[in-house]
Amino acid sequence: MRYDIIVIGGGVVGTAILRSLSAYRAKILLLEKSSDVATGASRANSGIVHAGYDAESGTKKAYFNVKGAALFPSLSEELHIPYKQVGSLVVAREDGLAALRQLKERGEKNGVKVEILSREEILKLEPNIAPEICYALYAPEAGVVSPYKLTIAQADHAVVNGAEIRLEEKVTAIVPQEGGFMVRTEQGSYFTRYLINAAGAGAVEINAMIGEETPELTHAVGDYYILDNKESGVVNTVVFPLPDEKGKGILVAPTADGNVILGPTSRRVPHEEAEVNAVTAEGLALVREGVNRLIPKVNLKSVIRVYAGTRTATGKDFVIRESDLYKGYFMLLGICSPGLTSAPAIGEYVAEQAAQALSLGKKGKMLPLPEHFRLATAEPLAIATKIEEDRSFGRIVCRCEKVTEGEILRAIHSPLPVRTVDGVKRRVRAGMGRCQGGFCRPRVMEILSREWGIPLSEVRLGEAGSEIAPYEVKDGYETL
Amino acid sequence: MRHFDVAIIGGGPAGMAAALGAREEGATVAILERDVRLGGILNQCIHNGFGLHYFGEELTGPEYAKRFRDKVLADDQITVFQEAMVLSLTEEKVIRAVSPTEGFIEIEAGSVCLAMGCRERSAGAIALLGTRPAGIYTAGMAQRLCNVDGYLVGKEVVILGSGDIGLIMARRMTSEGAKVKLVAEIMPFSSGLKRNIVQCLMDYDIPLRYSTTVTRVTGKERLTGVYVAPVDDKMRPLLDKEEYIPCDTLLLSVGLIPENDLLSGTRVEMSRLTSGAVVDEYRQTSVEGIFSAGNVLHVHDLVDNVSEEAMIAGRAAAMSAQGRLPKGEFVQVMPEKGVRYALPQRIHKGEGKVKLYFRVDQVYRGRTVVVSCGGEIIRKKKTLVMAPGEMQSVEIDKSLVTGDLTIYTEEA
Repeated sequence: MRYDIIVIGGGVVGTAILRSLSAYRAKILLLEKSSDVATGASRANSGIVHAGYDAESGTKKAYFNVKGAALFPSLSEELHIPYKQVGSLVVAREDGLAALRQLKERGEKNGVKVEILSREEILKLEPNIAPEICYALYAPEAGVVSPYKLTIAQADHAVVNGAEIRLEEKVTAIVPQEGGFMVRTEQGSYFTRYLINAAGAGAVEINAMIGEETPELTHAVGDYYILDNKESGVVNTVVFPLPDEKGKGILVAPTADGNVILGPTSRRVPHEEAEVNAVTAEGLALVREGVNRLIPKVNLKSVIRVYAGTRTATGKDFVIRESDLYKGYFMLLGICSPGLTSAPAIGEYVAEQAAQALSLGKKGKMLPLPEHFRLATAEPLAIATKIEEDRSFGRIVCRCEKVTEGEILRAIHSPLPVRTVDGVKRRVRAGMGRCQGGFCRPRVMEILSREWGIPLSEVRLGEAGSEIAPYEVKDGYETL
Repeated sequence: MRHFDVAIIGGGPAGMAAALGAREEGATVAILERDVRLGGILNQCIHNGFGLHYFGEELTGPEYAKRFRDKVLADDQITVFQEAMVLSLTEEKVIRAVSPTEGFIEIEAGSVCLAMGCRERSAGAIALLGTRPAGIYTAGMAQRLCNVDGYLVGKEVVILGSGDIGLIMARRMTSEGAKVKLVAEIMPFSSGLKRNIVQCLMDYDIPLRYSTTVTRVTGKERLTGVYVAPVDDKMRPLLDKEEYIPCDTLLLSVGLIPENDLLSGTRVEMSRLTSGAVVDEYRQTSVEGIFSAGNVLHVHDLVDNVSEEAMIAGRAAAMSAQGRLPKGEFVQVMPEKGVRYALPQRIHKGEGKVKLYFRVDQVYRGRTVVVSCGGEIIRKKKTLVMAPGEMQSVEIDKSLVTGDLTIYTEEA
């Protein structure tokens, strides 16, 4: 099969590029090794839309951060994803004022709206702030977003506009050919004129296939807590400590979906362990300590989930460029924080580069991504009308998050179809509430089994090998 | 808007008994049940041992449920809304719900009885360390997949926690050919029934280790094993004694939480000890006309007690709707020495008998339970063994109640 452009990697960056590319007249394909998009760093991160004061002026990080952040208000409406411009605070004790002033200066250079607040002003925004906090750098345009919903919506929107996505296709070889590249996976071979490596933690392996050298990548695992949405009042903005050489530090923030997020730590791990993501006792202890210095009132008894995510960095800045070895081979390496914020702007930029190289023309208008009904946020009249129209919207499957069967069916049959329990969860929040799927998981499995015509034993949590109930009970056993 | 004397939220054992209780007092009743059939969790509890106290015979869960369901469905003054999920409840007793057949439902009731049951504590809630593979389930989830869907979650099993569902599933999975390698209980005692420890573990040579916990799990797609370690008296794991157990399944039986999320919009007073509402002997909450019974009120170990409690609540809810539930002065019931909680938490002064239910905080042998009122002992009861996993009760005479009560244990 021949394509104009192939993107390797279905994270927030790869899907942003794909979505921007789908605005052009071209045959495009995204290859993802996992069973879904947003399964790597794009799934497990803090979900912050950074204002852009942190990155050093003149860097790619600063450029794409500021440009990306500005896209979020309209992008979130277009893609119907949860995004809240809650603002952020970098808080400091008495001795931290100089450091805040430095950050402020950097922010102003980057063109970011920032101001320094006194304790009294902080208290108006965050009544629960730790007593030692005296000053804060306030960036009103920072926000929170659901990182996986953004990734998924970008993927869906690209598919609506003609892009192709192939899941569970791990690239095994890349062979440069006349006028392009032959990309081999375990399932097939695809010729492309232009090839984009957006494989995140796996970008090293992709580069190696073509003989492109990769600057040293480092991987840092971060542990997180997620709290029950009944705790949502404890924090209103994204609250950071002063950044250090390891990064932006352990934060306390509301999530775009109404929970509270605490974390992350930053534990260096070797490349082989980049995707293991194990939560550690030491990591959680560090998060608790960090949170205690910001908002000691946070109630850790309301934890509903702990998890770990890995972020991959290289040197000080993003690497976003075409290969010197091969024209038409484009690399994105070390897109760590503020990668999520930058992704939409990176997508536009890379798509323009590819379009220029291939002299692609733009389509007229992009087809919109349809918005789906969500019972949890709908008004009574709208609920009544919807159930009248389709009975499955009256059948609540996930009690904690009030997710209906109709919403799950829409998700399963979305532009990028869903076959896994985790895939359903990331799209509609079934299983993301306080009982963590205790009630709804078997029901979601039953729906997936029915919709895909597979036995329940084949329904997976995520990747191959993650079947949830792999065996049938003994022969001759009668069910209820 | 539809009107009923009594609206019952939940059609499990508590909801069904409450409905029958309300009918005995002549009320019109609505049951809002979120599942496709009445019976609640009993429908997946295919083992026996239900009904010994209430019916004087040994039934399976579905059989126990059927006894109540048949009566409920035969009564044309009970309207059952199936697959109906309640979205909100107000102090004015207006209930909003949805169901696929009825659409958006609005009910105004004279009184409301909460019977939503409880949920299992999850891996997230105990901040389980390690990776996030398939192979980790609450015991009840594994039970549903096994007994309702007909699928087994794994073959080599470790169970964390010795709650009753965990114990039952140890036996269930063993009978399906799985190997249960260990039941680890972080406390020095089990929260399950003694009979379940004997019949589900000892009879099958399944090891149970007290003061032991799972410290972390391994595996990327599927669970490959768990680390277990003993804990010290502050429940901190002794990591130098950590031991690795290869397994493909971890079942969690680490506690049940009454599902009172619906009450967030009301001023119903909650108990920190039970995670349920504070109630009087009629199981009326602090908001007049809202009653609570079963596992949503406090977690029971025997369904028989649930039925008994819900009957009381159902009758009282009907009387409340009819304006004839006695009112009057309260006294408080306070748990002390050795008693973790007691219920009801408040009692009206007056005539008649009241059964106080309570749980102890550790295993006691040969203790006496004492109820005193203003320094005066009004009831004493000798016991052989009391364990935290087995709910106790003692009956008192209301006419002896002149002020606040304390309930405690003492050496016999």
